[in-house]
Amino acid sequence: MHDMSAPAAHHGAPTSFIRKHVFSLDHKVIGKQYYALALLAALIGMALSWIMRIHLGWGNFAIPGLHLLSSTGAPGNVLTPEYYLQLMTMHGTIMVFFVLTTAPFAAFGNFFLPIQTGAEDMPFPHFNMMSFWVTFVGFWVLIASFFVGDGPTLGGWTQYAPLSAIGSVGGPGQGLGVVLWATSIAIFCIGQLLGSLNFITTTLDMRCKGMSLMRLPLTAWAWFITSVMGLTAFAVLMPACILLILDHVAGTSFFVASNLVINDQVLPHSGGSTLLWQHLFWFFGHPEVYIAIVPGMGIVSHVLITNMRKPMLSHRVLIYSMAALAVLSYMVYGHHMFVSGMNPVSSLAFSFPTLVITIPSTIVVLMWLGSLYGSKLQINSASLFSLGFISMFISGGVSGFFLAQPSIDIMLHATYFVVGHFHLVMGVAAMFGIFAGTYFWFPKMTGRMMSEPLGKAHFWLSFVGAYCIFMPFHYLGIAGNVRRYQAFTDDYLIPLIPVHKFITIAALITGFAQLIFVYNLIYSRFKGPVETDNPWQGTSLEWSTATPPPHNNFGATMPVVYHDPYQYSVEGASSDFVMQTSPEKINNPNEEK
Amino acid sequence: MSKRYNFAAVLSAVVLICCGALILNQNVNAAGEGKITGTVKLDGPAPHMKGIDMGKDPYCAKAHANDPAHLETYVVGADGGLANVVVYISEGLSGSAAAESSATEPVFDQKNCMYTPHVLGLTVEQKFKVTTSDQTTHNIHPLPNPMTGNIPWNQSQPPGAAPVEKSWKAPEMIPVQCNIHPWMHGWFAVVKGPHATSDTKGTYTISNVPAGNYTVTAWQEAAGTQTQKVTVAAGGAGSANFTFKPK
Amino acid sequence: MAKIFAVTIILIAIASAVPIVMHMWPMPQDISTHGALIDEQYADTMLEAGISFLASQFLLAFFIWKFSAPRPGERVKNFPGGATGLVAAAFLLVGTEVLALGVFGTKAWASVYLTPPAANAVPVQVQAGQFAFYFRYPGPDGTFGPIHPEQISEANANFFGLDTTHDQDSKDDIVAAEMAIPVNREIHLLMHSKDVGHSFFVPELRIQQDFVPGLDVSVHFTATKVGRYEIVCTQLCGLGHYNMKAYLEVKSQEDYDAWIKQQSALQ
Ligand code: HEM
Ligand SMILES: [Cu+2]
Ligand SMILES: [Cu+2]
Repeated sequence: MHDMSAPAAHHGAPTSFIRKHVFSLDHKVIGKQYYALALLAALIGMALSWIMRIHLGWGNFAIPGLHLLSSTGAPGNVLTPEYYLQLMTMHGTIMVFFVLTTAPFAAFGNFFLPIQTGAEDMPFPHFNMMSFWVTFVGFWVLIASFFVGDGPTLGGWTQYAPLSAIGSVGGPGQGLGVVLWATSIAIFCIGQLLGSLNFITTTLDMRCKGMSLMRLPLTAWAWFITSVMGLTAFAVLMPACILLILDHVAGTSFFVASNLVINDQVLPHSGGSTLLWQHLFWFFGHPEVYIAIVPGMGIVSHVLITNMRKPMLSHRVLIYSMAALAVLSYMVYGHHMFVSGMNPVSSLAFSFPTLVITIPSTIVVLMWLGSLYGSKLQINSASLFSLGFISMFISGGVSGFFLAQPSIDIMLHATYFVVGHFHLVMGVAAMFGIFAGTYFWFPKMTGRMMSEPLGKAHFWLSFVGAYCIFMPFHYLGIAGNVRRYQAFTDDYLIPLIPVHKFITIAALITGFAQLIFVYNLIYSRFKGPVETDNPWQGTSLEWSTATPPPHNNFGATMPVVYHDPYQYSVEGASSDFVMQTSPEKINNPNEEK
Repeated sequence: MSKRYNFAAVLSAVVLICCGALILNQNVNAAGEGKITGTVKLDGPAPHMKGIDMGKDPYCAKAHANDPAHLETYVVGADGGLANVVVYISEGLSGSAAAESSATEPVFDQKNCMYTPHVLGLTVEQKFKVTTSDQTTHNIHPLPNPMTGNIPWNQSQPPGAAPVEKSWKAPEMIPVQCNIHPWMHGWFAVVKGPHATSDTKGTYTISNVPAGNYTVTAWQEAAGTQTQKVTVAAGGAGSANFTFKPK
Repeated sequence: MAKIFAVTIILIAIASAVPIVMHMWPMPQDISTHGALIDEQYADTMLEAGISFLASQFLLAFFIWKFSAPRPGERVKNFPGGATGLVAAAFLLVGTEVLALGVFGTKAWASVYLTPPAANAVPVQVQAGQFAFYFRYPGPDGTFGPIHPEQISEANANFFGLDTTHDQDSKDDIVAAEMAIPVNREIHLLMHSKDVGHSFFVPELRIQQDFVPGLDVSVHFTATKVGRYEIVCTQLCGLGHYNMKAYLEVKSQEDYDAWIKQQSALQ
C-alpha cells in the first residue's frame, strides 16, 4: 500500500511492468527512456544526413526505396529541391532538440544527478515522468509531419518568419508542416521545463548529508547550470512557437509584415514584425547550443578526472567558467543576426560579449590541458572520446573567432563555414560527450561492460571521419559556398563540387561506424561481461552504490559525504583514490568544504 | 488438343465482337452529337506585349537569344484572331454530359522557360500532366481560390524529372506560376463539360455536344468573359463568334 | 594507442591547415573599396585563430603522448603555476587578442554600415521575391515611384507594382532583371522584399545583407573592377532558394550609360 502522506520522492518500488518500465516515476528508468529516445532520434537524424549528403554529392543518384518515404518528394527515388530542404529541416530539428538536448542533459542527468547528489529520487517524480512522456509525444508529432499534407516544413531548424508564418503559399510543408513543427517544439519545451525544474530542485534541496554545493561533481554542476539555462530559454521558445501557431490558425500576424505578395496575391496579414521571431528564436537558440554542450563539458571532465587519476587543476574555476558561459550566452545571441537588418550598432554591441565568451571557453580548455599535464592518463573508449571532445571543441571554437566579428561575418554568414563551425563545436563535440558518458557509465546503468575493441574501432572511425566531414565545410564556406542549397549551380560554386563528393564519402563511412556503436550497445546490454560496482575506481556517489542502483538509489542507508568528489592520488591516503563516502581522514589542503 | 483450339477460337470471337460493339457504340454516340465552332477576334490593334528579361537564368536567356520572348496576355494572329481563349458550355448541359471528360491526358509543358500551352483547358477531375523540356529547374505553383475546393500545390520539377500528374476538383480559372522564373505565367481553365481553346487564327471547335440549347462562355485571361446562346441540332453544328476589346 | 592518437591529432591539425595556407579554395577576389579592410581583418583573425588552433591541438597531442604511460609508482604532478597561471594567461592572451580583433574589426564594419552613403551615390533599388531579384533605377527624375503591392503583377511584368498611368515618378523608372552599375562609383542599394526573407550576397563585393520584409534597409558600396558577377540569395526563402540569383554587371561609365538608355527603351 502506498503511504499517501509521504513526500513524493519517497514513492515505493513499483511492482507492475507498466509502472516499472513505462510510466515509471524512477529517475533512473526515465533517464534510460530518454536515452532510448535520443538513440532512435539520432539514428533517424543520421539517416536523413546520409540522404542529404548523397544528394549533395550526386544529385541524380536514385536511392532505392526513397519514394516510399514520399512519392512527391522523391519521384524516381531522387530528391526534389523542396524535399531536400524538408529533410534538412528535420535533420537539424531532430538533432538539436531530440538528440543533443535529450541525451547529455535529460538522459544522463536524470540517471545520475540524483545519485551524485545523494538523493533518493527527484523531488517531483510525477513531473519527471511527464517530462519524458511529453517529450516522447513531441517527437512523434514532429515525425508525423512526414506523413501528412505535403510533408514536413522546409524552413530550416531556425524557422525564420515570415516564411514560417504565411502558410502553404510559402512552399511545401509550410502549412500543416510548420504547425506540427511548432506544436512539437512547444510540447518539447514543456517537457524540458518540467525536467529543468526537477534538476534545479534536486541540486539545491535534495543533497545528502555532507554534500555541499562545492562537493558536487562537475557533471552535477554542468546539469545544474544547464537546467537554469533550460528554464529560461525554453520558457521563451514555447510562447514564440505558440505565437507562430496562432499566425497559422487564428489569423494573427505576429511575425508577418503588411503587404507581402506571393503569386501576385497580397497576403491577408498585416502589422507583424519579421525580426521579432529572430530575436525570440535566438534568445532561446544561443543558450540552446550551450544547453547542448555544457553537459558534455561536465561529462568529459568527470570521465577524464577518473582516467587521469587526478582532479582538475581547479574545481571552482571550471564551475565558474561554465556559469560564465551560461550567463554570457544570453548576451551574445545577436551574433546570429549581424546582417539580419537589425541596427548595425547592435551588431557591434553583440560582437563584444561574443568575443568575451571566448575567454571562459579558453579557460575551460586550458583547465583540461593543464590537468592532463602530469597525469596518469589511462586510454579506453571513454577517455578517448573525452579527449576527442576536447580536440573537436578546440577546432570548432577557433572558427568562432571569425563569426564573432560582424565585419568578417559579412563574408561567412550563412555559408558552409557556419555549418562546419556548429557541427564541430556543438554537433560532434556533444556527440562525443554522449559517447564518453555511455562507455563510462554503461556498467553502472546495466551492470555490464561494453566491448573495448569495438569501442575503439568506433572511436577511430568517428574521430578521423568527423574531421574529414566537417573541416572541409570551413573551406567551402570561405570560398563562398552558401548553405541550405540543394545543388550548386552558380558558376563560382561548381569548382567546389569535388569537395562535396569527398565529404559525402566521409559521411557515409563515419555514419556506418555509428552502427558499430549501436551493435556494441545492444550486444553488451545482454552479453557483455558482468561488472563490479566500481569498475573505474571512481570516487563520486554513483560508484559507492550497488550496480544497478536499487530503487531508492542507496538501499537501507543514505550516504554521508566526507570529501570533495575527486580525491585521486592523495598523498598519504590508503589507496589511489578516496571515495566521497569514505570517512577516512586525509590531508589535502585544497579540499572543498 | 482440338479442345484447346476451340476454346481459343471462341475466346477470340468474343473479344472481337466486344471490340466491334465498343467501336460501333462510340460511332453511334458521335453521330448523334454535334459541335460548336467559331472564331474569336480582338477588336482593334494588338496591344503591345512587353519583352521578357530572362537575365536571371542563363539557360532561359540562351534559349531566347535569337527569338526574344514576350508576355502572352494577348496572343493575336495575323487577321486579328485571338488565341488562348477558352470557350465552354456554361449552361444547358445535362448532368451526364457535364461530367464527361476525355480519356487523353492533356499536357502542360515547360519549354524554353515558357508554358506551352499558355492556357490549358481542362474538365473537372480530368487528369493532366505537367512536363518539362528544359535543362533548368522549374516549380509549378498554381494558386486556386481555396474557397472553391481546389487545393493549391507547389512542386519543383528538375530537368529530366518524371511528369507531374494532377487533376482539379472544381471549375475555376486557376493562375499558375513558376516562382523560380517569375515571368512564367499560365492558366488552368477548369470547366464542366465540352470546351475548346482558340488557336492563333482565333478559331475553335467544341466537339461532342449533344443536341440542345446552350449558353456558351468565352473566357480571356485579361479581357474577361462573354456569353452567347447557341442551338445545336442532333449531329449538327452551332456557331458562336466572339470579339473582345483589350482592357 | 595513446601515441598513435597523439600523432593522429597532429596530422589532422596540419592537414586541416594545409588548404588554408595553400589557398586551395580561396575567398573570391575582392572588387570593392571597403573589402580590403575586411580581408585584412580576416587575415589577422586567421593568423591568430590558426596559431591558437595548432598550439592547442599540439599541446593536447603532446600531453597525451607524454602522460599516458606513467612508470609504476610515478606520482601525479601539477601544472607549473596551477590554475591561477592559466586563468591569467587566458585573460591576458585571449583577452587582448579578442579585444584587439574587436576594436580593429569595428573599423571594417563601420566602413560599410556606419557611414552614410555619399550624396552623389547612384541609387539602385533591389526587390527580392520568391525566387528572383529585380532591380529598379529611378530614371532621369532621380526619384523612385511608389510601390503598390496590390498592383504587383509578375504576370504582366509589373514586378514592383508601379502605377505608370497615375504616378508621375514611376513613369521613367527602369526595371531590369540584371543589375548593372558603373565602376568606381558609389552605389546606394535600397533593399525591399516582396514576400519573405532573402539576402543579397556578392562575395566579390564583400557585401551580404538580409532583406527584411516590411522594413526597407540599404547598403552602399563601390565596385572597382569591371566584370560580371553572381548575386546569390543566402537566406532560406523556400524551394527555389538555391536557384535564386541574378547577375551583377560592373560596367565602365559609358557602357553603363548606354545600358541605361537601352533599358529605358525597353520599358
Ligand atoms: C552524421 C553526421 C552529420 C552529417 C553528415 C551532417 C550533415 C549536414 C548537412 C549536409 C547539413 C546541411 C547544411 C546546410 O545546407 O545548411 C546539415 C545541417 C544541420 N545539421 Fe547536420 N550532419 C551531421 C550530424 C549532425 C549532428 C550530430 C547535429 C547536431 C547538432 C547536426 C545538426 C545540424 C543542424 C542544426 C543543421 C542545420 C539545419 C538547418 O539549416 O536548418 N548535424 N547537417
Ligand atoms: Cu521556371
Ligand atoms: Cu533564398
